[in-house]
Amino acid sequence: MSQSAAVTNDLPEVIEEASFLRDTMRGFRKNRMAMVGLVFVCLLVFLAIFAPIISPHDPYRVALDEQLLPASTTYWLGTDNFGRDVLTRILYGARISLVVGTVPSLISLLIGTFMGILSGYMGGKTDFVIMRLADTMIAFPSLLLAMVVMYTLGANLFNIFIALALVGWAGVARVVRSQTLALKEKEFIEAARANGTSRVRIMFSHIFPNVTPTLIVLFSLSIPEAIMWESSLSFLGVGVQPPEASWGLLVAKGKEYLFQAPLVAIMPGVAILMTVLAFNFIGDGLRDALDPSMKD
Amino acid sequence: MNEIVISARNLTKHYRVGGGTLAGQGKVVRAVDGVTLDIRERETFALVGESGCGKTTLGRIMLRLQEPSGGQISYRGQDITALDDAGMRALRKKLQIVFQDPYASLNPRMRIEDILAEPLRTHGYGSAEVIRDRCAELLDMVGLRHTYLRNYPHQFSGGQRQRIGIARALANKPDFVVCDESVSALDVSIQAQVLNLLSDLQDELKLTYFFITHDLSVVRQFADRVGVMFLGRLVEVGRTEDIFAGPLHPYTMLLISAVPRADPRQRTRERPLMTGEIPSPMNLPPGCRFHTRCPFAKDICRTHDPDLQDMGQGRAVACHFPLNS
Amino acid sequence: MANPSGNVLSVRELRTEFRGGRGNVRVLDDISFDVGRGRIVGLVGESGSGKSMTALSLMGLVPKPQGQVSAKSINLDGIELASISPDGLRQIRGRDMAMVFQEPMTSLNPVRKVWEQVGEPLRIHQGLGRRAIRDRVLEMFELVGIPEPKARLDAYPHQLSGGLRQRAMIAMGLICEPKLLIADEPTTALDVTTQAQILRLMQELRDRVGTSIIMITHDLGIIAEMCDEVNVMYAGQIVEQANVFDLFENPSHPYTRGLLASIPKSTESRIARRMPSIPGMVPNLARLPSGCRFRPRCTDAMAICQTREPAVTDLEKDHRARCWLHARQDAISQGEPL
Repeated sequence: MSQSAAVTNDLPEVIEEASFLRDTMRGFRKNRMAMVGLVFVCLLVFLAIFAPIISPHDPYRVALDEQLLPASTTYWLGTDNFGRDVLTRILYGARISLVVGTVPSLISLLIGTFMGILSGYMGGKTDFVIMRLADTMIAFPSLLLAMVVMYTLGANLFNIFIALALVGWAGVARVVRSQTLALKEKEFIEAARANGTSRVRIMFSHIFPNVTPTLIVLFSLSIPEAIMWESSLSFLGVGVQPPEASWGLLVAKGKEYLFQAPLVAIMPGVAILMTVLAFNFIGDGLRDALDPSMKD
Repeated sequence: MNEIVISARNLTKHYRVGGGTLAGQGKVVRAVDGVTLDIRERETFALVGESGCGKTTLGRIMLRLQEPSGGQISYRGQDITALDDAGMRALRKKLQIVFQDPYASLNPRMRIEDILAEPLRTHGYGSAEVIRDRCAELLDMVGLRHTYLRNYPHQFSGGQRQRIGIARALANKPDFVVCDESVSALDVSIQAQVLNLLSDLQDELKLTYFFITHDLSVVRQFADRVGVMFLGRLVEVGRTEDIFAGPLHPYTMLLISAVPRADPRQRTRERPLMTGEIPSPMNLPPGCRFHTRCPFAKDICRTHDPDLQDMGQGRAVACHFPLNS
Repeated sequence: MANPSGNVLSVRELRTEFRGGRGNVRVLDDISFDVGRGRIVGLVGESGSGKSMTALSLMGLVPKPQGQVSAKSINLDGIELASISPDGLRQIRGRDMAMVFQEPMTSLNPVRKVWEQVGEPLRIHQGLGRRAIRDRVLEMFELVGIPEPKARLDAYPHQLSGGLRQRAMIAMGLICEPKLLIADEPTTALDVTTQAQILRLMQELRDRVGTSIIMITHDLGIIAEMCDEVNVMYAGQIVEQANVFDLFENPSHPYTRGLLASIPKSTESRIARRMPSIPGMVPNLARLPSGCRFRPRCTDAMAICQTREPAVTDLEKDHRARCWLHARQDAISQGEPL
């Protein structure tokens, strides 16, 4: 074809391969607060994993002669009412709080995405049923719902996952559904239909990759939320049970000695605050980096 | 004469808008309202009309991307309105579409390779290797380099993306291709390149085009036959030269005369203009749909809706008083 | 530029740059043109040519601080805009110089009544009361041919058709009787028959009210239909400037020739389906080719086009082109700018 040849002549031989990941990383790195958040979270993960090696004391050792000591060179943040080192308890608490932050978020994201895409793309009765179910979940006061689950199933870590996932999926499903509805109208989805592509394939290989940026952001924002939930549940006594340590539990137990040894309650609270902030910064940074309109 | 590829019989598409349970029935939009049409092998049939006339909907229901409310479509004698999902999916190899918006029609998260391979995989074109070769071949065919297979859509210009969209439509060697405003979003110089490509491909691959557009100058250059659509109906059909030389329907005449000519010595200041606004497809006037805007309307036009009548020589018009006759 | 005093607008050496992560990009370079009183002047080009950016630069609407506009002179009927303060420019915008945009739906606020929006410039610039504004808007609606103007005053934008919305936008542009109206693709979003109505309206307004208009479009048909003078833009520069008749009868820049050739001729019957087209595509402004910006797509390119940017050459009265084909021979050999 003469005409095609004419066009090819001035085309570059190869166009540099673009990578979605690389572009996103580039955008993310420009955001200083997000990078600070990322560094903090990495540090935290490191400390949590190596807590047994790093921490100066045994988290469960009770020393009644060393109750509620103030900060010192031996006990950097002092001791609690059982004479346990507060710093050590916080480091061990990070393990539970981080797991509780990520695992239920992942579960609710998984369920929510599946339900949201199904609901948005199939429409009709499927949509109606899924959305009414989600409405029902959202209509319940979430804390109450989670507490009911914990009371019925018993307070342990696995049940916390179930409770939090149950509370979380509906919100994800709604966001994903509305995105799916918008994507469904796009011409590339119509093109896939015109090619005879099956509905399942359209949902998984066309719609899903296009909602992933949203999912990543939702995930990073739901981690602090889950940490807060766990803290609330533990604070109310239906979450993690002593002598295990989670940040929420530490605050709950420490509050009784707030005036004698303020660090016992305040320091885990500070840990929660900083972690939640760090994840929020990361989430904001990701949202900007993943938005193609923000790229040059 | 060539064999008929697609034949539409009395196609309709009605939507109900508004009107939940409280608002009563709501209103019915007659987007497509009784269209009968035959399209022959290897011809380019252009469907022209203004926004809201139903041309895009007609294109979609001819491929059953939307379900018609009534009527029948046959592809080479086979009634495709009666096909089930699986049967229709298999037939999609032969019936394809090139979209308007080169930005919205390619999935931004897929590599060109995957975009082109998807229809091939769906219809079991062959092994992974055969498919990869075919993708490279398709890119060459539309005037792009096959080294671009690993790139993403956002790395290409509008014209190049439209070429990729064309390549995707042609992947399974279709027979009938709907081009829905496929060059409207492109710059003039790029538009000409893409039109040339489409016409080369038509000769090479024996394609039949159903070319939907609002741009009459493109139609004149590109189409063999033209159908003019107004508010859900075909008001005039005929060979391109005949229609431009002597439009029979007053709407066609006004449409042609409204196109600005690229010649300052032929300004339209003296040409007739259509006055006022086109009625809404929700609220059609009685009689001929065009009578409210027609400079030649008579009493009968206000009461009787004219049918599309055969005028001989492949010409048809829906008007009580065709022009030039 | 026969009669400088007869010009409503006179632009000299307008340059607009955008600061980006990878260095500055000059989106407009050496833009100079005039708009005579009561004239319709066209800016025509493809997407990315800088035609809309020219309008935004004149109006002072280029986003800051990334965008930087500089000019030797932008003279709007005696007022020098090149050195005016942002406040001064705000005074002028809407009063002496107004703009009509492409998309009449998105340029109107959906939750406010049409008359309030159309009368907004009067409130800002003349401080009129509601009653007076309403009356004036009604007059304007009559002027721009909106049927049943009284009833339309209290309509919301979505209750008007595309054509009526664009008429309302034109009424808004003209309400302070500006010296210059800049219309940026005012009919691109409209149907042909509506487009013809709006174009005719603008011609009539010019004839009756004497409005000077800059018409920005990609459509050479509209240029031929409407304009007195034409500026053809390519990659941020004006490459050819001429009277509309000269331009269509005697196009001098290879890009103009290519553009004219690639318009489907609606007046000729179809002989061959192959249309002449310009090969290649518009260059990325951040990575312009050396020498002439059009050179990679030009069929007449010479050796000099590769190395040096062509200067503007006067071909005849009020017809100039930025192309080496037309440069004086001695200038080419000496390599001096004209």
